[in-house]
Order: sequence, then structure tokens, then C-alpha cells
Amino acid sequence: MKRDSLFEVVRTGLAIGLALLIGFIVTVLVSKSPLEAFKYFLTGPFTSTRRLGAFIEAAVPLTFTGLAVSLVFSAGQFNIGAEGQFFIGAVAATFAGIRLDLPPFIHALVALIFGAVAGSVAGFVPGYLKSRWNASELVSSLMLNYVFLKLGMYVITYHLRDINVGALVSLPLKETSWLPQFLPPTRLHAGIVVLVLCVIFCHWFLFRTGWGYEIRMTGLNLNFARYSGIPVTSVILYSQVLSGAVAGLGGAVEMLGIYRRFQWLASPGYGFDGVIIAILARNNPLLVPVGAIFLAYLRVGADVMAMYSDVTSEMVSVIQAVIILLVTAQAFLSGYRHRLVLREVKRHESAS
Amino acid sequence: MVAREETPILAMIGITKVYPNGLVANSKVDFQVQRGEIHALVGENGAGKTTLMKVLFGLEKADEGDIFIRGQKVKISSPHDAIRHGVGMVHQHFMLAPSLTVAENIVLGAEPRRGLWFDRKKAEEISRSLSEEYGLHVDVRAPIKDVPVGVKQKVEILKALLRGSDILVLDEPTAVLTPQETGELFLALKALKEKGHTIIFISHKLREVKELSDRVTVMRGGRVVGTRKTAEISSEEISRMMVGRDVELRISRPTAASGKAKKVVLLAKNLQKYSRDGKEVLKKVSLQVRSGEILGIAGVEGNGQVELVEVLCGLSPADGGQVFIAGKDATGKSPGDIRNMGVSHIPQDRMIYGVAAEASIEENLVSTRYRTSPVSRGISLDLKAIRQISRHLIERFTIKATSPSQSVSTLSGGNIQKVVVAREFSTNPQVIIADQPTRGIDVGATEAIHRYLVEATEKGAAVLLVSADLAEVMGLSNRLCVMYEGEIVAFFPEASEVTEEELGLYMLGLKRQDPREIEAAMMGEAESRPASEAETGEG
Repeated sequence: MKRDSLFEVVRTGLAIGLALLIGFIVTVLVSKSPLEAFKYFLTGPFTSTRRLGAFIEAAVPLTFTGLAVSLVFSAGQFNIGAEGQFFIGAVAATFAGIRLDLPPFIHALVALIFGAVAGSVAGFVPGYLKSRWNASELVSSLMLNYVFLKLGMYVITYHLRDINVGALVSLPLKETSWLPQFLPPTRLHAGIVVLVLCVIFCHWFLFRTGWGYEIRMTGLNLNFARYSGIPVTSVILYSQVLSGAVAGLGGAVEMLGIYRRFQWLASPGYGFDGVIIAILARNNPLLVPVGAIFLAYLRVGADVMAMYSDVTSEMVSVIQAVIILLVTAQAFLSGYRHRLVLREVKRHESAS
Repeated sequence: MVAREETPILAMIGITKVYPNGLVANSKVDFQVQRGEIHALVGENGAGKTTLMKVLFGLEKADEGDIFIRGQKVKISSPHDAIRHGVGMVHQHFMLAPSLTVAENIVLGAEPRRGLWFDRKKAEEISRSLSEEYGLHVDVRAPIKDVPVGVKQKVEILKALLRGSDILVLDEPTAVLTPQETGELFLALKALKEKGHTIIFISHKLREVKELSDRVTVMRGGRVVGTRKTAEISSEEISRMMVGRDVELRISRPTAASGKAKKVVLLAKNLQKYSRDGKEVLKKVSLQVRSGEILGIAGVEGNGQVELVEVLCGLSPADGGQVFIAGKDATGKSPGDIRNMGVSHIPQDRMIYGVAAEASIEENLVSTRYRTSPVSRGISLDLKAIRQISRHLIERFTIKATSPSQSVSTLSGGNIQKVVVAREFSTNPQVIIADQPTRGIDVGATEAIHRYLVEATEKGAAVLLVSADLAEVMGLSNRLCVMYEGEIVAFFPEASEVTEEELGLYMLGLKRQDPREIEAAMMGEAESRPASEAETGEG
């Protein structure tokens, strides 16, 4: 209902405002020149083309993982395996980018498919364990993140490593597999097109198809879905496979668009950020990019602030934590909401 | 009787309670109780009785209104406050620790100690003397999980008394009791009254209200309709106050005259089911329902009806026996498959099974047909068709809503049930399994649902009606059976020839028919045709 969505907008806005205020208080406590530091934080992302680009390109992987998490959360599955799926997707794309010989475009496309398939396999495991043996997908997906991280590092170290380089990096990706960058000096790349298609696809899938309907009804009330004849076991499974594919695709896009070699030594954390974004976007694919851009903005702002002032970029974690806390806290502003309901009821009564 | 001028021991003035979903449970309710009386609080399900008592006990916070106890204005924001002011409550569902003994439960929260340790002897002593004082006899050493319901209830009452409650609230205390236990409870309550305790008794059984109470307050739709001396008002008047008009007790049942000629559509044979702890909850239940008739299942709740419905709808597998729908074997099929065979199901608990409350009305209306035309266009959904179907159903089933995209959680209980009914009745079902279809909804919606059931049978549907409401199940059914402890203990080929008293004896397990006779009467006449067809299909 309109009242409810308006209320959610107000609630999220207020949560962000309060979080920024608390962030500012922290800044005042730790900084010699808090006003200046906070100015860098808020305006930093807009001060040059490079930074503007940095902040949009940072939003790309976040949108992918945000979409992936939104899909599983819509089905009521607390699968937080996007981290490992993203990572293994990037490794699979690296493999395809190094080992395959294909013409340009086709090569990139195939590498992206490698990423999506690897991610969906990673999503299948906790999904299968849940639908077959009712194993908590929260636990299994969390633990599997480490498995996929180590598996990926094994593949890179033992099969794709460039031994002529001192650091632990892979062989260079073949140029045919690159997603072209089109706006130097930024690193904005053709993966953005894939991203836009993916956002549209996820929204269409979730709200315009029978499968998406099954996912949402299963997430809203599992008993109701079962009673209605929705095959909930397969819904639980395919929602996690699809989510894994989106996260894996995200890893592949990031790898082929930004990097020329695989050089991550640890998991980059986009999967867990995806959880934050899905919560902010209330699992709505069309709102996911907004949440991702907002989070990327905070991150880049914090980096700029760390560069030019005496406040470290970890400050942004404080702000993030407060936002999540307030948005997820059901009781936050529930009193205000209740008064709204009460007023409406009274107006109804006096009218009739 | 109590003097008029005396300050009431409890006065609740102008209580208004609105739930977060906008449901007005209490609207400016005034409720007064005199010291030392047994005061019955009556009303239909959803009239606001329980909410009012939850406000009194600090479980819900009123949005408006004041509470006065012994003339003092008090603020009750938790059960702890309520207990401090001498209010005790015995809930519909007992709140006891099953693994602890009776004595341990009675003293829980106010345990006697010896040094650092719990003093078990003292606890037993306290419990024993309390139970003797009030004539509520219990074995203080028995673990709660081993004692019958009636004893659990006594323990709850003793618990409240130990905490110094002199205002005792009992929320539908007889719903789970046998007649003997009810009798015992009433004696105990009268004894408590003699000792000067005040008792508030929530019920919708008028016979009990007349027998026990001094005064009665009737609620309807969240408001108080009136308070009367019980001796000065008839049961008919009370029921009229509860319902708001003369009660239409005669429901017109479908005219399934030539039963033999009709085809058997739903057939269950020797269904067995064990609960998780190994109890046999369905003991070889067989039944059949024919096209164009309503078979009623009467019985006290918890005698296997839930399990029977779950098995028939595929929500939980049977441990033995078979189900046939229109002659085809449906044993062990999924809920979706069974629906595709033409079965509709009105579930007992609409909020758990019937709807996804956070989803919109239209999303709830299409949950059983999103895979078929016109809702489905291959892969994608036809949102226009969904909107159109929803508009049509909202109108046809008179669902009070502002828009099809409104969330179901904002509707009243009766309208939520209409959403369920609209969905289940509009797919031309061959079989309708209606489990407590009118529980907790207003009279208007109840009558509408009864009418739809009858209409469906006229179109040839077979209806299995499970209900704890005797008037409903007797008035609507063509044929009637009684379930007791997982068995069908009685079958009446002509529901109109049974009296309520007779049914009661079977429902309480005091009487039963010969199982072979039941089998012969129910299955025999039709065994000749469709059932044998089913058997060959199976063999």
C-alpha cells in the first residue's frame, strides 16, 4: 500500500540521516579538523572525473551481488554465499580468459558464461543440501565461502600462476576476453551493459514470471506456498542456483572489465556488501543499483577522506552498521507508524 | 448479590486497542466487575474479549483508556504489574514447563530457597496446603507432561492464587475439558467465589454462562453491547446481543435427495497416521463423499481432524491407507497434484496456510492458477488478466477492499477468509475440503460462506466439512460422522435426524457405534460402483 511504501522511504531516509550524524560525531571525536574531513567524505566522490568513475565502477560488482542476494532473500533463503560465488565466478572467467582461444566478443561472452556457471554450481550446493536434507543454508553457504575461496586460490596458484612475476598473480588474460573500457581516465567498461540487462532481467523474472511469483510466495509464507501447490523444494533449489549465477556473472564482469590478471589474495567482500544492499533495497531489483551506488559513494568518499585528512576510511563501517541496524530494526519508528494507523482508523470512524 | 453503590474492584474505562495492521480490536470499551462476583465476558470469536483481557494483564498496551483497580487508577504495562495488582490469568493455552513437577510449576518465579538452593520440600508443602485450602486437588510430585489437561488448568489457577491474585481471569477454560472436568472446575470456581475472589470468565458457551456467572457482559465487534444480571436474561437474549440480530440457526442444507445415483468423488480407505512421538492419530479412517452432497465431520478439536485434512490434501503423507479422487489414486501425491485433480481446500488457520499476509489480494487470489491460462502467458504472467480476475472475485465475493493491490494483512478476519474462499471456490472444484471455514469471522461472512458451500454442491462438488461448531456442521451436512481419538465413532446417513445431545455423547467418547456398521452404512451402498472402479484402477 502507498502508506507503507512511503513509510519505508521515510524510515530509510531517517536511518541514513541518523547514521551520517553519528558518523559525524565520531569524526568530531577523532579528528583535529572534523568539518574539513567530513566535507571530503561527502563531496569527495564528485571532485574529479576519475573519482566519479571510481565510484560508479565500484557500484558495478555491488549491484551484481545485491541482485544475487535479493533473489535468494525473496525466496526466504538466507543464503549468504554470494561472496564465494562472486570469487569463484571471477576465477572461472580468468580460466576461460587465459586457456581458451576465441575471437574477441565471443571470448568475453564465453568467459562470462564460465563465471555464471561456476557461480550457479556454488549456489547449487547449499540449495541442494537445504531442499534435500533441510540443512540450514545460512550455515552451509557461509562455510562454503571459505571452500570456494581456497579452491579458487588453488586453481590460480597451481594452474594459472604466472611464475615470471614475483607476486602471486595469474597469467595475463588474453586481450580477446577483455570487456572494453570506454571512458578513460576512468575504468568504466562494457560490463555496465551486462549489468543493466541483468537488473532488468531480475526484475522481470521476480515480478513478471510464474517462477518469480513462486519465489516470492515461498519467501512470504512457505506454508501458504506449499498449500497452494507451489513446488517449494524446487523453488528453494532454483532460487539459489539463479542467485549463484548472478553473483558468479558479477565476479566474471569485474575480472574481465577492471583487471588484466587475477590478483586477489583474499575475498574482496562484495558478497557481504550485497547483503547490506539487498536489505536497503528491500529485495527489489530496480532499487538494488540505487543501494549499490549509495554504498559505493560512501566507500569512495571514505577513501578520499582518508587521503586528505586524519580520519581513516574505517569510519564508513560505523555509518554502514548504524544504517543496517536501524533499517532492519522492526521497532524503529513503529510507534510513529502505529500513530499513523490510529489516526487513519479514527478518521474512518468519524467519517462513518 | 453485590451492592450497587460499591466501588467496582475492577473498572476498565474507554479502552481502545488498534493492532498494527489497523484492526480495531477494542473501541472505547467500558467494563466493570464487582468484588466477589463471577462475571462472564461473552461474544463471538473476534469480538475483542481476549484483547481486552490481554490489556488488563499487560500483554497488550491499550492506545486509549484507563484501568482502575479497587478504585485506584493503575498503569499495567507488563504481566508483572498485573500480578502486583492482584490480577491473575489462566490462558487458553497453558504456560507451564512440561518437564517440571506440579509443585515446581506452582512456585516457579517465587521459589522457596534454603541458602542458595531450591527448597523442594518447602515447595511441595506450599503447593499441597494451597491445593487443600482451595479444594483444587493435584498430585504435587507428578511431572506436568504426565498429567491430564484438567490438572494442568488447576495448576495454572493455583499458580495465580499463590501470587496473591484475587481477580482471576480464565480465557475459555472449558474449551479443552471433558464434561466431568468442567463440572469439577465449576465447583472450584464457586468455592473461590465463596472465599471472596473475583472471577472473570471468558466464554461463548451460553449454557456455561447461565450456570456459573452472576453477571454477564456481551461484546460484539470490539465494543461492549451491555452488562446484565445473568438471572435476568435468557440465553436467546444473550445470543441476540452477541450477534446483533435474531440468530439464523436453520441453515438450508443442499438437497442431495437421490444419494445413491451420485458418483463418489472423494474416497478414503483405512487412513493411518502416527504423530512424531509415535501416537496413532488416525486409526484406519475410511470415508466417502459423493458429488452434490456435504459430509460433515463433527468432533471436539484435536481428535484427528487436522491430520485427516492434511493427509487428504497431500500436506502430510499418510502412514497407511489410500485416497482416491474421482476414481484416481491420489495417495502420496503432492498438494499441487491433488489440486490439479480438482480438490480445493479451505484451511483451518487462514493466516498460516490460507494467505501470504504481506502479499497483495490479487497475488493471494491467483496462487492456485498462476500456471494456467489466462493468468499465465507461457513464461510470463498476464498482469492485466490477474487484475481483471481479482476485480471480478472481489466483487462476486464482496471482499471489502480499496484495491486489488492492497496487502491482505490490512483486511479484517472475515475479509481475509473471503479471499481464501474466493480463490478456492472459483476454480470449479470437484472436491472442497472445508476445515473450520467460518472460525472467528462475523455473522455476515459466515452466512455468505455457508451459501457458497451449498451453491458449490448444487454445481456438483463434493464437500467435506470439518467443524467444531455443532450448529454449522448439523445444519449444513447431508450426512454426518463424528471423530473421536482418531476414529470415526459414529455415522448418520441423515444429518437432519440427529440431536445435538446425541452427537455430544459420541463427541465425548461416551458412546460409539459398531465400526463394522459404520463401514457398512457409509461405504456399503456405494461400494458397488465407483469404489470398485477405484480398486481396479489401483490393482
